[in-house]
Amino acid sequence: MIGNLDYATLQQLWWLITSVVGSLFLFLTFVQGGQTLIFTTATTEEEKSLIINTMGRKWELTFTTLVLFGGALFAAFPLFYATSFGGAYWVWMLILFTFIIQAVSYEYRKKPDNFLGARTYEVFMFINGSVGILLIGAAVGTFFTGSRFSLNMFNSVTWGTSYHGLEAALNLFNLSFGLFLVFLARTLGAMYIVNHVDHEALVKRARKATWINLVLALPFLLIILISLVTMDGFAVDPTTGTIFMEKGKYLHNLLGMPAVVVLLLGGLVSVIYGVIATGFLGKNCGIWFGGLGTVLVGLAIFSLAGYNNTAFYPSMTDLQSSLTIYNASSSKYTLTVMSYVAIAVPFVLAYVAYVWKVMDSKKLTLAELAGEDANEMY
Amino acid sequence: MGDQILTTVDWARAQFALTAMYHWIFVPLTLGLSFLIAFFESIYVKTGNEEWKKLTKFWMTIFGINFAIGVATGIIMEFEFGTNWSNYSWMVGDIFGAPLAIEGIFAFFIEATFFAVMFFGWQRASKGFHLFSTWMVAVGSNLSAVWILVANGWMQYPAGMAFNPDKARFEMQNFWEVALSPVAVHKFTHTTSSAFLLASLFVVGVSALFLLQKRHQKMAKRSMVVAAVFGFIASIFVAFTGDEAAFNVAHRQPMKLAAMEGLFVGQEKAPIIAMGIINPNKKAGDNLPAFYQETKIPGLLSLLAYRDFNSFVPGVNDLVFGNTERNIIGAEQRMVTGKIAVAELTRYKLAKKSGDETAAASALAIFNQHKGDLGYGYLISPTQAVPPVAATFYSFHIMVVLGTMFPLIFLLVLYFAFKGTIENQRWLNLICLFSIFLGYVAQQAGWVVAEVGRQPWAIQGLLPVNVANTNIATSNVQITFFIFLAIFTALLLAEIRIILKQIKTGPEA
Repeated sequence: MIGNLDYATLQQLWWLITSVVGSLFLFLTFVQGGQTLIFTTATTEEEKSLIINTMGRKWELTFTTLVLFGGALFAAFPLFYATSFGGAYWVWMLILFTFIIQAVSYEYRKKPDNFLGARTYEVFMFINGSVGILLIGAAVGTFFTGSRFSLNMFNSVTWGTSYHGLEAALNLFNLSFGLFLVFLARTLGAMYIVNHVDHEALVKRARKATWINLVLALPFLLIILISLVTMDGFAVDPTTGTIFMEKGKYLHNLLGMPAVVVLLLGGLVSVIYGVIATGFLGKNCGIWFGGLGTVLVGLAIFSLAGYNNTAFYPSMTDLQSSLTIYNASSSKYTLTVMSYVAIAVPFVLAYVAYVWKVMDSKKLTLAELAGEDANEMY
Repeated sequence: MGDQILTTVDWARAQFALTAMYHWIFVPLTLGLSFLIAFFESIYVKTGNEEWKKLTKFWMTIFGINFAIGVATGIIMEFEFGTNWSNYSWMVGDIFGAPLAIEGIFAFFIEATFFAVMFFGWQRASKGFHLFSTWMVAVGSNLSAVWILVANGWMQYPAGMAFNPDKARFEMQNFWEVALSPVAVHKFTHTTSSAFLLASLFVVGVSALFLLQKRHQKMAKRSMVVAAVFGFIASIFVAFTGDEAAFNVAHRQPMKLAAMEGLFVGQEKAPIIAMGIINPNKKAGDNLPAFYQETKIPGLLSLLAYRDFNSFVPGVNDLVFGNTERNIIGAEQRMVTGKIAVAELTRYKLAKKSGDETAAASALAIFNQHKGDLGYGYLISPTQAVPPVAATFYSFHIMVVLGTMFPLIFLLVLYFAFKGTIENQRWLNLICLFSIFLGYVAQQAGWVVAEVGRQPWAIQGLLPVNVANTNIATSNVQITFFIFLAIFTALLLAEIRIILKQIKTGPEA
């Protein structure tokens, strides 16, 4: 069946698969959000350790999903990988640095003779959760605002500014996108603490943190939504492949793809319900609504950027260099091969879910941190 | 402009080499130690002996410390393909990206998911599921190595693809030819078995330290025996797969083989240099001697390369300038056809852009006749096709000498362990301790042979590094190089200190 799919369908399918992975990553940034809560929601060293150990059991999953997101983009849309990573060099390098320092921080923080001291590793986690997520948001924002690059006839990229992508963070829309993701991650992080930690005082503060961070996220969400429905967008003529500016392009995309409106509104409602359930109704299951909502919102955003004859990585300086899911993709053969491989994804999700259930069957307590396996704890 | 591009390439290569070399400090220990831990825990589950559990948890702590930094350096390499080698990413992304994505789906998630159970699941999962998780971490870690080594193998021997002039990139034509190419298979088997060997050296060496210090002797001896058996089997496998890898190099990358043995003039009954001092001034085509001093074993290189003592092995000069008598086309001649291919590709693209289909068809026909040497068209001089001979030669010989020594060490350990006197063999325990360092030297040397030996190619014969890199000002790459250097060094120091402290504390912690 997969072998019979036409090229355009495969390209759309791979944009969907990449979007799903990217959206799952956004949900899993509750780890990063949790990392930023250690200086605000935790008031004692013990509480800090509870948060870090809670997030520490999932950090690798988030990290791996990011790696898979990068790998899927490389495999399915190599021209985007080459153009964005090679051109917006500094944005990606800074994101990378924040994830390098995160990867070691959990393991090294509490180990004796750790060279830099526990506090340094905690600051590393905070930087990853704040600067890292902010820059990822700014990078995703350029899917709508565009970047300054051009491609020659061999598709070699030349970036238009010497800041190599950092200029993206100075754009209000991109900055709002980044800050929205930072506060959303903090909201999700607080919801996960409520779900997974058995510590009355910390959980009480985490419940409060869910709605505070959602409130802080709302102004940026409003800027994003208002901008999206009013801004000009980068459209593609499906017959010639020519890129042109279209007034209200993303509003047209919303109107032209009602399913995306459902995803967006359903996602936002789900996140808000998760926060209300956690913050005001005393429930512990808010993270699942928050997580589902985040995935739905993520899918809506990626759909707006890539579908309905839209350039998902637009060039502001040379419109015809803009990337679409059709001109940036791998060959039909490669997409077909990878589609067979992607059949394994539900299996992967199933064992991840099973292990999650096993590991989260009991809440994390201070007694466990100090118990038989204390030497393994973060 | 040319100088600037060269400088950027140099820094990009230095940055990638730095990342890869740091990455490969941590990864082989992860690959091998994961299996050793699985063996230890299996014995614990089978016997129910709590001492084996304690032993398992001790090595697991070391594993965790090492694993984290391996993950950190691993993600950099994925990013760097895009940031520093963007032309490469586009030109071969259609082939190279797929193994990376498969790696993510099939391997990384196994590793990441079961890692949490392995470390934090002692009280949360059943004994059986915990053991299963430990094995899955070992399997996942090693599966991760499969696909990145398939990708690397493809760069050494590009198979199963074709060049698409419209897209100006290479495209996959046959997935199985990419995944199961002989170079990819031997790259995986040789690399992972060498990682098992290194981890065994590590466990044997740390255990030897305990014996020298007369601490944790029971645990040390148990660890030593399991690791020495695993290490001995691995080292035999390393030798076997190394021989196969060299055979592949002879057939697919003859220039690398010539550099590995410092062979400038091709000959029949070509010798292996058992020991030698390379003349650093020697260049392709000159009359200087290749060695200041050398000890040869006649015919052995011919035997290893072509399974025949009398066969002809081409030297650097044959591969640069050609050898009509032996029907070898040199880089000099390939450059001529390669430059035609490059020029016709440009003419084809321009004709297509202007809508001149006749000119496009003519350019494409000529391009197709010459495209086999496309990569050579980007070389500036034929001697550019020669990799750094001294670095390749010395690395290869260091790797082989050390690789020959390691199985003997494991045999001695097993002999004295079964005799029950291993704790009294101070000399052997000192050798075991020092062999940890030698194991890392051999690992690094192996990768220098593989990667320096294939220069100037990012993709063998098709894409030189100076075309593969990103079009970016040198200063950017210089800055990130030094940032990486500082971060890696700080993290390596942290890792070494933490591991030393854990070893000092021992399993009773």
